[in-house]
Amino acid sequence: MTSSVANRPSQGPPSVARPRSFKRIPALALVAPSVIGLVLWMVVPLAMAVWFAFQRYNLLIPENRAFVGFANFAFILTDPALWVAIGITLVLVAAVLFITIGLGTLLAVLFNQTFPGRGMARVLAISPFFVMPTVSALIWKNMLMHPVNGLFAQITRGLGLGAIDWFADLPLVAIIIIVSWQWLPFALLILLTAIQSLDTSQLEAARMDGAKPVALFRFVILPHLSRAIAVVAMIETIFFLTIFAEIFVTTGGGPGLATTNLPYYIYLKALLEFDVGGASAGGLIAVVLANLVAIFLIRSVARNLDT
Amino acid sequence: MAPNQRTSKPWLMGLLAWLVAGILFFPIFWMFVTSFKTEVAAVATPPQLFFTPTLENYIDVQERAAYFNYALNSIVVSIGSTVLALLLAVPAAYAMAFFPTKRTKGTLLWMLSTKMLPSVGVLVPIYILGRESGLLDTRIGLVIIYTLINLPIVVWMIYSFFKEVPNAILEADRMDGATTYQEVVYVLLPLALPGIASTALLSIILSWNEAFWSLNLTTFDAAPLTAFIASFSSPQGLFWAKLSAASTMAIAPILLFGWFSQKQLVRGLTFGAVK
Repeated sequence: MTSSVANRPSQGPPSVARPRSFKRIPALALVAPSVIGLVLWMVVPLAMAVWFAFQRYNLLIPENRAFVGFANFAFILTDPALWVAIGITLVLVAAVLFITIGLGTLLAVLFNQTFPGRGMARVLAISPFFVMPTVSALIWKNMLMHPVNGLFAQITRGLGLGAIDWFADLPLVAIIIIVSWQWLPFALLILLTAIQSLDTSQLEAARMDGAKPVALFRFVILPHLSRAIAVVAMIETIFFLTIFAEIFVTTGGGPGLATTNLPYYIYLKALLEFDVGGASAGGLIAVVLANLVAIFLIRSVARNLDT
Repeated sequence: MAPNQRTSKPWLMGLLAWLVAGILFFPIFWMFVTSFKTEVAAVATPPQLFFTPTLENYIDVQERAAYFNYALNSIVVSIGSTVLALLLAVPAAYAMAFFPTKRTKGTLLWMLSTKMLPSVGVLVPIYILGRESGLLDTRIGLVIIYTLINLPIVVWMIYSFFKEVPNAILEADRMDGATTYQEVVYVLLPLALPGIASTALLSIILSWNEAFWSLNLTTFDAAPLTAFIASFSSPQGLFWAKLSAASTMAIAPILLFGWFSQKQLVRGLTFGAVK
């Protein structure tokens, strides 16, 4: 009886027993402050960005300001660096998604076993998620990946293998490792929780029928996780499209353009070259890119969430 | 190694899990250990595992009087933006959870889509607006921005916690003549309090660790710990032991928060879609 009341449909005709007291509170007035705040947050800067994108506007020579039509877009879109930055953005998102979700799923199965000290091991494993990006970037850059004094270099040299100069030779790989370290715990945390909600009798039944662990994983556990994986992918994509601090602190986008993703490219245009027009045009391209991803993601995830 | 012998060798899985946990936690452990070394010991080859611990790095970081300025900024801005986000989100979530209309689902999805708006796309306009309004490098400016970036997630979380409150309870109280105010304050909020608390926790964690806006919109006056730590990335700042001490102080409160709230965080982070 209670369950049917609790699971009211969110849509459809308003319930007949609409409470009388509600008439005194306009629902619109309660939602309005949040909606207005977010509309302003979205529309005002975006409108300004569109406006600036059609201007020649450099903060160093503000008096030399004029309407230039599509010149900024023409300039940006023919800048090879923009395409490199878009490519790096997509590689970064795809690589870290692949690593965190792939490893996260395997680790979730592993941490779902019962073993001594499981709670403590879990707490240690998810800790990197709570470390601020500037800290993790600096720790990895200086204390682990430093080519002379870093721990990795010392270990590989000790083994007679020489040292890798991570940020000179494999800069993008280094960034991918750092971001994956921060976000693997997030995937693990969510997927582990999802596995724990799996009905154990279902697993037992499959095992009775002689299913091997690999088959159990493939045909029972993985389908059960699909919704959690969709949520993890959506949230991670939101954050990975805008990775900034890790690059700012470690490589500054270099060497060359090797680690310049779209956010960092726009940052270079805006706050180092003070080219407001160019940066705004680049920003709009970032908005378009994010929206392409968002349309796809929100559609697929919205189906998975009952609102 | 041997997935087929899973049941016969549980200790192997346990060992493997502990090994993974150790590897994932290692950078934090190493930072913590280094923070008690002298600068010379911190860069020693081979790395020293046994040494006489010293607190001098912590004292040094504290003595840079500015450290407290940064820490205070982090505290004020994370708590301020969390309180403001809750004040905006609780009424909105209440209306959408208990009095849904045809537009409710669309509004919720639209709010989430504002999270997709890449910050860099609006960096220049926000920078200019901040400069013109005098909010650049102020705590109020950061509070407003953090409130708006976290608002969609805060609304979603509280909404999903409100949805779990059985309507029958609220209706029973209405029958007894409770006013809306009484209903919300004495019935709904106590029931949803654990959810609101974990929402606040997540909002504080996200604000505490936010780095894009803090690096770009603050220089000194309002710079929080994320920006303070980034200042160590300059070549002159390469003091590992002091960096480690400052980092430890910057992440310790949030790490403890996270450890204690991990279960609630999952529900929050996935809008209740994963239980």
